[in-house]
Amino acid sequence: MSPRILLSTTGRIVHQLRHDRRTLALMLAVPVLLLTVLYFMFQGDTPPPGIPSTFDRIGLIMLGIFPFVIMFLITSIAMLRERTTGTLERLLTTPLGKLDLLFGYGIAFGLMAAIQAAVAAAAAYWLFDLTTAGSTGLVIMIAIANAVLGVALGLFCSAFARTEFQAVQFMPVVVFPQILLCGLFVARDAMAGWLQAISDVLPMTYAVEALQEVGAHRDPTGAMWRDVAVVAGCVLVALVLAAATLRRRSG
Amino acid sequence: METAIEVRDLVVVRGKREVLHGISALIPRGSVTGLLGPSGSGKTTLMRAIVGVQIVKSGTVTVLGDPAGTARLRRRVGYLTQAPSVYADLTVRENARYFASLYGLGAVEADRAVVDVGLGDAARQLVGTLSEGQRSRASLACALVSNPDVLILDEPTVGQDPVLRDELWARFNALAAQGSTLLVSSHVMDEAGRCGQLLLIREGRLIAEDTPDGIRAAAGVQDLDEAFLRLIRAQDRTATTADGGR
Repeated sequence: MSPRILLSTTGRIVHQLRHDRRTLALMLAVPVLLLTVLYFMFQGDTPPPGIPSTFDRIGLIMLGIFPFVIMFLITSIAMLRERTTGTLERLLTTPLGKLDLLFGYGIAFGLMAAIQAAVAAAAAYWLFDLTTAGSTGLVIMIAIANAVLGVALGLFCSAFARTEFQAVQFMPVVVFPQILLCGLFVARDAMAGWLQAISDVLPMTYAVEALQEVGAHRDPTGAMWRDVAVVAGCVLVALVLAAATLRRRSG
Repeated sequence: METAIEVRDLVVVRGKREVLHGISALIPRGSVTGLLGPSGSGKTTLMRAIVGVQIVKSGTVTVLGDPAGTARLRRRVGYLTQAPSVYADLTVRENARYFASLYGLGAVEADRAVVDVGLGDAARQLVGTLSEGQRSRASLACALVSNPDVLILDEPTVGQDPVLRDELWARFNALAAQGSTLLVSSHVMDEAGRCGQLLLIREGRLIAEDTPDGIRAAAGVQDLDEAFLRLIRAQDRTATTADGGR
């Protein structure tokens, strides 16, 4: 790995996004629009005092889910393009290291996710009066960690797709089960044992739990840091697996 | 003459089909070698083996004294793939600057490479908006930018106008004169005359390895197109006789 190549690769990916204004606009606007819908969906919902409102509960989790889903999709398509247009093969004949490329994607899309999370959080807190016991900064940090998780899984999954059609199919396969089982629809301890066991091995579960910790506690808790560490560990594992799919020689 | 690339008994299998059947060739340093043959003859596979991205079944490929694909060679070997492999959503200049940066080179070298392939006026254009020929030159600029010791160019002049093709060949020869080794594939025989040495490949076998003049003399005609045709016919006859004798 070389810091210089990592930096220029990150810059290159950001440049590519910058030329695609519509994608940028969608990335920033869509989470805010969906939060708006969510806010009005639960507007008539007034819980007894002491219980967080439904928007506080679901809106908070959504701040972590949006960046994960969007970054997963964008990364798997971007990496698939590198493979199908021959740029990946070309890059691998240059002094670029595999990790320069993978971390380049992680950092570039992580930066985009930071901006996206900041915009979405600003809307949630200021426009829709989202209330969390813990700080906004922690919410954004977890959202970014989740985005980078989406990037890492996208980099890995793109190796198993030959076409864009196949790549987008990985979204229901990889993303949906995590959303269903993360504790958003049914609390985890109310699930059947085997569902809970699956939930236990899905990384998003930990990101959502971390957000719930921030929602419920004024100061960062040990459980939250443990959850964040689990997400970070999953990012590393996914990146190592992704590196293993980058072959300098092919048939 | 010093050898830059040595291919020995190279056998490559792609899918279930053997596409190169034991090719051996020497490519001298500081020369332009033309790799000629019809499409599907194995030109690209041979080039990929020399760059070191092709899994080979047997045989060896040595480039500048190291086995092909060695990490050390990644700084010294430039590769232009047949389909342009540049980023469509970046400008020509951004592409060149990115590939330059991988070799520790800056904007000056990148911009020079863009001008060298005749894209100076289109430098700020997105590659996705360029014509096919321009796009392939953008890709060429990214291969030339690092000024590598060995340049493997897979059909760099396809779809270019005659004047530009002439300029590109002049540039290839200038690079060779400065000591670079170039292997340039083509299926247009009229480009063969501009090479110092020719490799003629057909159906995964090398059927001629000589200078253009050597090939003309062997076939007994001046026209290289005709010369190749005679060499191929002669070889086919030998093959048929050999089969008939069995």
